[in-house]
Amino acid sequence: MKTLIAVDEKGFYGNFGGAYIPEMLHPNIEELRDNYERIVAEPDFQAQFKSLLKDYVGRPTPLFYAQRLSEKYGAKIYLKREDLCHTGAHKVNNTIGQIILAKKLGKKRIIAETGAGQHGVATATVCALMGMDCTVYMGKHDMERQRPNVERMRILGAKVVPATSGSQTLKDATNEAMRQWINNPVDTHYIIGSVVGPHPYPEMVARFQSVISEEIKAQLLEKEGRENPDLVIACVGGGSNAAGAFYHYYNTPEVRLIAVEAAGLGVFSGKSAATTALGKPGILHGSKTLLMQTEDGQVTEPYSISAGLDYPGIGPVHAHLFETGRGEFVGVEDEDAMLAGIEVSRLEGIIPAIETAHAFAALNQVKYKSDDVIVINLSGRGDKDLDTYIKWGNY
Amino acid sequence: MNRIEQLFQNKDSRLLSVYFTAGYPSAGDTIPIIEALDEAGADIIEIGIPFSDPVADGPTIQESNQAALDQGMTLKKLLSELKDIRQKTQVPLILMGYLNPIIQYGIEKFCQEISAIGIDGIIVPDLPMSQFMEEYKATFDAYDLANIFLISPQTSAERIRLIDENSRGFIYMVSSASITGAKSGISEEQISYFKRVNEMGLKNPRLIGFGISDKATFDTACQYSKGAIIGSAFINVLTKAKGGDLKAAIQTYIQSVIA
Repeated sequence: MKTLIAVDEKGFYGNFGGAYIPEMLHPNIEELRDNYERIVAEPDFQAQFKSLLKDYVGRPTPLFYAQRLSEKYGAKIYLKREDLCHTGAHKVNNTIGQIILAKKLGKKRIIAETGAGQHGVATATVCALMGMDCTVYMGKHDMERQRPNVERMRILGAKVVPATSGSQTLKDATNEAMRQWINNPVDTHYIIGSVVGPHPYPEMVARFQSVISEEIKAQLLEKEGRENPDLVIACVGGGSNAAGAFYHYYNTPEVRLIAVEAAGLGVFSGKSAATTALGKPGILHGSKTLLMQTEDGQVTEPYSISAGLDYPGIGPVHAHLFETGRGEFVGVEDEDAMLAGIEVSRLEGIIPAIETAHAFAALNQVKYKSDDVIVINLSGRGDKDLDTYIKWGNY
Repeated sequence: MNRIEQLFQNKDSRLLSVYFTAGYPSAGDTIPIIEALDEAGADIIEIGIPFSDPVADGPTIQESNQAALDQGMTLKKLLSELKDIRQKTQVPLILMGYLNPIIQYGIEKFCQEISAIGIDGIIVPDLPMSQFMEEYKATFDAYDLANIFLISPQTSAERIRLIDENSRGFIYMVSSASITGAKSGISEEQISYFKRVNEMGLKNPRLIGFGISDKATFDTACQYSKGAIIGSAFINVLTKAKGGDLKAAIQTYIQSVIA
């Protein structure tokens, strides 16, 4: 089989990736790079990881045949129920992996960034589980928008620190976490929440999330007598749930990989987070990737109704999927995502996270055949988004 | 040999390098600040190219970056302002900035233009050595630009040697594990790190930066290196002097440090 998508030893997926970091972070990144593959391969790590995913997270998550949705769209649609993971989204798969790794590296404290708060909650959760000190950096603006998640983290014992620079959102929280890692290089592990950041983070996070497509393969074989669907659809902010859902299909070209970005009020409205449509190659948070930026190379602030998708970049693997044409990228606007969220609620009795609702809306925007098997990665549940649904009000 | 290398040949101790952010505190201040620093006795001037996401910098420099951007500073504008700077001063000039704006401008075009202006060196904090060697060294060398690397207390001896091997001008010795402006004062632990590096017999001189803010810290740094770099503390001086007599404030501050 021809390998289309893989990371090289320097952390590049084709033209994207790498480790563009200040020298002060070099020892941290080197320690991680030199040790993570070995540690992750150890039977002890694997046993602990699998056991926690099963008994704590609740894996395997079901692959659910969505009958009414299938009837409406004229295809066989399966939902990968990551919304049923403990804490309500796929994010915890990665934080479980990284917390075990951090313990094995002898780290004493954990730092993390968060946008909407889902990754922050997933990090605070595993830190409580493992008895590790936890500090989460969150844009001041996001803290005001996502009050319940801030309090969830605090209840779990984490310290939430506002990032007050720049636009006070996810990218600024990430900057702040990186600065604090520079300030605490020895005893601290930084749990990045998406397939972004310097090598080896993008590949490491994707591997921890790859349990999603590993399970899809086995479950689809059982239900359909085949491992490969015709399409896998997932939403992309930084891209961790998509990377997990695509991972074991990267090099199976007959499986179409549909990555759904947030087009906000319209791709060219100036209020959008559709990075592949609007971005140019650039460097942010340690990797070369597609990046929304000004002509002068200043990073611009994205917009989406969904706080989990408004990141100005995209994981380097996704930039590579886009550049090579292996992935099909679709932009879904706010209104269409919200309508899709309501539709899934009414047809299947599942209120999806608004991030995930974007993936459902793509059913109206991509072509497929009536006998196609489609897997949609239902990355998170909509509880955290009730306020946004209520404010939108059109239901 | 460029002006930085010349400087280290002519002056053996107590060198002062000063950083400020282009376009700060007010849009038109860049050239007057360079002239005032030169007159006040700075040996090297580091001109910061503002960036929206400066991950190695603390709040003081972050805020000056954001203010400069809000006031319309861009790399293109900065280079056009600097065009005739060599008619005004011969002090060694370094541009310090994050990689993304430079890449968007075009590395070759950037190097060619800053070399024509008479810039002597570049510090790009998020350009790691391996990437520099592979992608950019040939271009920097072709335009006789010194690329200045950082080392920190966590940098291994092996890596310090590698950095020394591939450096030109000087090595920027970060005084502690920190971002800019984070800590003040110099501890015993830091001094033993300075001594450890001194005993390595490196070919490049070192300047100590991060945490240098006044005469006392400058004097301490100078005991263990050729000199020191001041950034955040100088930005604070500029912030206070905004709208007033910048030149006098710069003169007073620099004199208080080097006296």
